[in-house]
Amino acid sequence: MTDAGVTATLDVPRDRSAWLGVVARQRELSLVAIMVVLGALVSIAAPQFLTVDNISQVAVLASIVAVAAVGEALVVITRNVDLSVEAMMGLVAFCVAVSLENHMFGAPGAILFGVGIGLVLGMINGFIVTILRVPAIVATLGTLSIFRGVDYLVAGSHQVPRSGLPPGFTDAAHNDIFGIPIFVFIAVVVVVVGSVLLRWTTFGRQFYAVGSNPEAAAILGIPSRLVVFVAFALCGLMAGIAGVMYVIEFGTINGTSAGGYTLQVVAAVVVGGVGIFGGTGTLAGAALGALFLGFIANALILIGLSQFWLQAIYGLVILVAVSADAYILRRLQRAASLNRSR
Amino acid sequence: MKIRTVGRGLALISVAAVVFAACSSSGGSTAPSTAPSAAASSGASAAAGAALKIGYLPKDIVNQYFAAAKTGIDKGAKESGSTVIQVGPNEPKADLQVPFIKDLTTQKVDSIIISADDKDAVAPDLKAAMAAGIKVVGFDSSPAVGAYNVFVNQVDFSGVGVNLADWACELAPNCTGDIAILSAAATATNQNAWIDLMKKTLSTDAKYKGLNLVDTVYGDDKPDVSTTQAQALLTKYPNLKVIVAPTTVGILAAAQVVSAAKKSDTVKVTGLGFPNDMKPFVKDGTSPVFGLWSVPDLGYLAEQVAAKLVSGEIKGTEGEQFSVKGLNGDKPYTIGKDGVVVLGPAFRFDKTNVDNFNF
Amino acid sequence: MSAAVGPFTEGRSWTRLLARWETLLLVALLVLIVLGNALSPFFLTSGNFGNLIAALMEVAIMALPMTLIIIAGEIDLSVESMAGLSSAILGFLWAAGVPMEVAIAVVLVVGVLGGLLNGLLVARGGLPSLVVTLGTLALFRGLALIILGPRGVSDFPPGFTEIGFGHVPGTDIPWPFVIFLALALILGVVLHRSWVGRQVYAIGKNTGAARFSGVRVARVKIGLFVLTGLIAAVAGVILTSRLSTSRADAGQGMTLTVVTVVLLGGVNIFGGSGTIPGVVLAVLVVAVMQNALRLAGVSVDVQSIALGLLLIVSVVIPTFAHQAKSAVDRVVGGRPPPADSVPRGERALS
Repeated sequence: MTDAGVTATLDVPRDRSAWLGVVARQRELSLVAIMVVLGALVSIAAPQFLTVDNISQVAVLASIVAVAAVGEALVVITRNVDLSVEAMMGLVAFCVAVSLENHMFGAPGAILFGVGIGLVLGMINGFIVTILRVPAIVATLGTLSIFRGVDYLVAGSHQVPRSGLPPGFTDAAHNDIFGIPIFVFIAVVVVVVGSVLLRWTTFGRQFYAVGSNPEAAAILGIPSRLVVFVAFALCGLMAGIAGVMYVIEFGTINGTSAGGYTLQVVAAVVVGGVGIFGGTGTLAGAALGALFLGFIANALILIGLSQFWLQAIYGLVILVAVSADAYILRRLQRAASLNRSR
Repeated sequence: MKIRTVGRGLALISVAAVVFAACSSSGGSTAPSTAPSAAASSGASAAAGAALKIGYLPKDIVNQYFAAAKTGIDKGAKESGSTVIQVGPNEPKADLQVPFIKDLTTQKVDSIIISADDKDAVAPDLKAAMAAGIKVVGFDSSPAVGAYNVFVNQVDFSGVGVNLADWACELAPNCTGDIAILSAAATATNQNAWIDLMKKTLSTDAKYKGLNLVDTVYGDDKPDVSTTQAQALLTKYPNLKVIVAPTTVGILAAAQVVSAAKKSDTVKVTGLGFPNDMKPFVKDGTSPVFGLWSVPDLGYLAEQVAAKLVSGEIKGTEGEQFSVKGLNGDKPYTIGKDGVVVLGPAFRFDKTNVDNFNF
Repeated sequence: MSAAVGPFTEGRSWTRLLARWETLLLVALLVLIVLGNALSPFFLTSGNFGNLIAALMEVAIMALPMTLIIIAGEIDLSVESMAGLSSAILGFLWAAGVPMEVAIAVVLVVGVLGGLLNGLLVARGGLPSLVVTLGTLALFRGLALIILGPRGVSDFPPGFTEIGFGHVPGTDIPWPFVIFLALALILGVVLHRSWVGRQVYAIGKNTGAARFSGVRVARVKIGLFVLTGLIAAVAGVILTSRLSTSRADAGQGMTLTVVTVVLLGGVNIFGGSGTIPGVVLAVLVVAVMQNALRLAGVSVDVQSIALGLLLIVSVVIPTFAHQAKSAVDRVVGGRPPPADSVPRGERALS
């Protein structure tokens, strides 16, 4: 078995399904294309859509989701899921904020602290899934509750105000390097580093192997449990980074922070082409999925739909993305089997 | 299969056991064998100033507004040696708040001081509490009429509505331009009442005819949601002149957003806020005018009302009067229609006085 | 998790009984009741019983069809949002002057339609139920928000609020508990005594074999999702009645508790085994535990930690027990491990 799942394992169909093949494998491109079209349409109705201010704002908020989505994508590629992302982010955010408020660390120390907490939480998830053998959906549903409970417990009724953070700490949310917001920079770096590790290292490619065919992977001697454990640990690490970004962006942190992020992160991953059955998809796709959802949310607001439409749109987007994935996959499979039978 | 049947039988037996336990100990009296110590039993005839057990149930326990109110309640409790139990949900949601009412009732507190997440959702359980002899004092956000003995209103509603309109008018150039409202939870009784009255003021009084209310959005009293809502307002309405936020969480978030976006010259923020939160924004021009009242005093008044209800000094009927030392300039409070007592008018903060306050 | 099978317990029906998950739950329940009584003098009062049960009833009712769905190898995360949607529609219609009976009927139809959407996408579309119901979780909630917006609708007629809030006359047993028991009885009979139930188990244990044996897999699955949607709608009506308010965010967070209760009840997340009595016991265990903790002054946060731990532990214990059993069998009897005791892909220690 060569690059298990990294490239499509089907023969390139030479008939009219070829274009579908391209689309399927280039989910990232199609997302960008849709966003461009969307952008054009919306800016007709609301010109403020295409202002630098607006686009940066959207990109900054989407970067937080994108970083967490990269972590989630790593888990989903191995055919698992992590529903506890928002609780990890919230707990990290509160711990970072409180440690800064009490002058336990300086800014760099607090950031490392937060990322470290995320890593530990991720390893807990990994432990429960790989050692205790609890199915990922159950495990992370449980840790979602546990981590959030710990967050509330630690936070109590305390809220860290923005003024409790060191001056200048929250500036990173508005500053940019060469015109690109710092947060977007962070997200891009995360995606690039992650993708390189995933595609160009043997260990990284094993993620896809474990996801697309666990039994075969085991027979080939791939250490599946280690791979899954690392996936969850990295997801926690990403959630930690996202949690730190959250503190920088929002400033005021209490026990309820980062509520609702799990849905956004999983939606981003699904929309980004990382199939829930594992073994396919790219980190860039997940990040673009986050950006896509951010643009949709922004477009909705600008064309006058109230905030109450957002949830329904997220749900529709997930359903459409999953259905489209399944449809394309079936067409490709049918085309491939036609090819093989010739 | 036999095992299946036995398994099902076990389940039935256990269900029956629990049900029998319930039925057999009912029959009217629900007194447990060991009566709880240190608290007056069913409320009625404790002498004035006696130690009470007070259940404090705010909308949620995270919002700093209720922490400030609690300082007032604690102050009153300390004077009479009462104990205060704070319970409440982490989020201002009615279905999360309701179970706590039942718990407090089971624990036989003397009085419940509550700010309701949803006036009707809490009503049935509050009425049950009242039937059990517990005195219910609403504050900040009222339960439905009939589900409380007295409601301590922090501010006269119509007064606040006019205040909000006034401050918006003052901050918009020539009292003209687009304004938007950033509120708390969409079902919050108090915010909705203030907003309705503000809208009425805007539409009926010719003085405000230049102001155009373009939108009302909800921040759920959460800092992150309020922040994103404020950002959305700025994006969507490029000509926005004033954001009115009748919630301490929302006004802070909006001020931070406007200040960070460096738009303090063109967009102003006003509403109800804590002086300590808003001081920097008064200074940098984002929020030259806003208002509130003494939240600790509100808590203190609520506690005093609770004590007076338990001791029988007042009953909550319209026209009754009572005095609270240190409040209202020592003039007596009068209970109004529907058992409502008003703390006083809203207090306006601006750069001349905001530094004098510390809460 | 199926009953422990193996040479150790063959032929001894009472040890098989003791080793059953349901027995474990019963023991846990009794222990919790004793603990609860020790923690607080109010625990065994009848008033408290009403509280104990009432807050969990919507979850309990939704756990019943969820049991069947999980046994069949699928999952439905959207139940809490369907409950919320039903609450929103009920309030919307009532505020618009529609009579209560008609409004309830409409809500039930919507529940069926929502379930149908889930069922068609999963069974005919072949999509994974986890993602589909995650999508409908958001979609239904979104629809509730669109329909009702920020409003809450209240002033429902007192007859209506009686359903959720009232008791069987003369006792403290809340009506929703009666509804729950009735539903448990019906679904218990369906699952354990009818051919439909056997089909559900068959689909869960081995979908392919079931299909080849003539089971209309798609039809059964669609039916299960429709049932779940309908019952979630009923739960929404009860929730609205109990709170006497209709809210678009009603029921948020319930899915976690529903799944916890079902898994705690001994239902295997991969499908193929589990019982209704087990889930009923699990409901009682969770209700008693939550109530005992709350009366003891344990904060809600610790309770939610406890719930999460409970969920994980309820899955870990059977796995370990099974492996321990196999190990003991091999040591004691010198026999090879039973065919299904070693997880696929692992090599058995010889």
